[in-house]
Amino acid sequence: MSPRSDAPILVRLDDVTMHYGRGRDAIQAIDTVSLDIRKGEFIAVVGPSGCGKSSLMKLISGLHPASSGFVTVEDRPVKGPLKSVGMAFQASNLLPWRTVVDNVLLPLEIVQPHRSKIRRERAAYKAKAEALLAQVGLAGFTDKFPWQLSGGMQQRTSICRALVHEPDILMLDEPFGALDAFTREELWCALRDIQQARGVTVMLVTHDLREAVFLADTVYVMSNRPGKIVKAQPIDLPRPRDLDVTYTQPFQDLVHELRSHIGGKH
Amino acid sequence: MRLKDAGITVVAPVLFTVLLFALWEAGCKLFAVAPTVLPAPSAIWAAYLQFQKPIIENSLYTLWNTLIGFAIATVFGLLLGIAVGWHKAVYAAIYPVLIGFNSVPKVAVVPVLILWFGVGAVPAIITAFLISFFPIVVNVATGLATTEPELEDVLRALGASKTDILWNVGLPRTMPYLFASLKIAITLAFVGTVLSETVAANRGIGNVMMIASGNFDVPLVFAGLFILAILGVGLYAIFSLIELKVTGWAQRKTEFAMV
Ligand SMILES: Nc1ncnc2c1ncn2[C@@H]1O[C@H](COP(=O)(O)OP(=O)(O)O)[C@@H](O)[C@H]1O
Ligand SMILES: [Mg+2]
Repeated sequence: MSPRSDAPILVRLDDVTMHYGRGRDAIQAIDTVSLDIRKGEFIAVVGPSGCGKSSLMKLISGLHPASSGFVTVEDRPVKGPLKSVGMAFQASNLLPWRTVVDNVLLPLEIVQPHRSKIRRERAAYKAKAEALLAQVGLAGFTDKFPWQLSGGMQQRTSICRALVHEPDILMLDEPFGALDAFTREELWCALRDIQQARGVTVMLVTHDLREAVFLADTVYVMSNRPGKIVKAQPIDLPRPRDLDVTYTQPFQDLVHELRSHIGGKH
Repeated sequence: MRLKDAGITVVAPVLFTVLLFALWEAGCKLFAVAPTVLPAPSAIWAAYLQFQKPIIENSLYTLWNTLIGFAIATVFGLLLGIAVGWHKAVYAAIYPVLIGFNSVPKVAVVPVLILWFGVGAVPAIITAFLISFFPIVVNVATGLATTEPELEDVLRALGASKTDILWNVGLPRTMPYLFASLKIAITLAFVGTVLSETVAANRGIGNVMMIASGNFDVPLVFAGLFILAILGVGLYAIFSLIELKVTGWAQRKTEFAMV
């Protein structure tokens, strides 16, 4: 149903459960989740606080093992950190001793094959990072330090850092949660455009249903802990989407529909 | 505004120090305090001029031993701090011993060191080392332990090894903690050397002060105290400057965190 339903499957979760800790004290974070993410698909995961959204991200990126079930990426079982994931969080977590462009270059100093080339070809890599930063509107800020940037700009930088090594999957954990409403909408558009341009697969964790509906091809609603998927909602709004779409009836209907699946008082 | 700030930070301490000495001098004169109890600054200065050569020689000797002990403490403290911050098991294993060791008054250790190594530079260097490495270990371990877990996730998801994370994030962000501890450690190292010299030594400013006090030459004792204070302030200032140069970014960190 979603616009990308013909693309090959990149991530597959099959009856996956996940616990923190062992034995009696173990906390179950994820309960029998099954879902597929197609290549180039933009999925959003929404749900109440503490329901296991971040845990789901850790599971797929291989940062935390499943207790049962299967997680596969490109048909290979996930056994450890994937190395082809870009992550960004609510806090930008930039390194304050590095300039903006040097922050963006950090992943290239870690991931092969860039790691062994970056010393020799620093100028080329730097140009690439600067182009990426220009794409999100940070052209004049590449040599600034993080503290010289606004919160929104820091978050743009953080997303560039997550994208610079051209990961297969971009994982964003409430990336706009700390921003004001206007900045947030600006960044929705920046993310929309950059995903459009690069065709990267995105998993976005968010509290904001409008954000999820505006950006995603499919929205998954999770229940209270232990997190179960209670609703998978394809978003058939045509692309490219303009901010105006958020004021249309079909958009509002989708938001209402999703809201009705989230626990708590109405 | 800038100029005014600089004026305050330079003028205020100088003024205060001058005032303190003036009051001291006047008090001694006014109440005719015996120089064997509390010598006036002028008497201390006179004692310094009289014994200038041995004072400087012995101070340099003490300074040298302090710096050696401090250098060993820095290397050892950094390595142990990394080990403690590296893994919970190392932390659990080492920490109680470390705390216990730090609680032992170092005065009690000096006689043992002298028993083992004889009177000389070695006990002074070891005392300086023993007394000053602890804050370095604690600060380095704290710096490493407080690395944001999300930042670690970002790097681990890229396939970064523990060494990668240590090198790219852990150590750089620990630098402000390290330099803060070095300022404290250098002052403590001084205390260690002089402590050892006052227990048993044949050279060093601590030794000079012990001899002077045996001869009831109180102005000379005070001259020694002043030398120690000046060296302490000087070393502290040098390390503050290095800190500012190396970790200037951290001065902005609070502002950074607020955005
Ligand atoms: N490292 C951890 N150790 C133990 N429990 C954890 C850990 N991380 C998360 N949890 C627990 O797992 C549940 C899900 O957490 P999380 O995935 O972070 O939720 P969300 O991102 O949806 O707010 C929460 O109840 C949380 O307390
Ligand atoms: Mg979370």
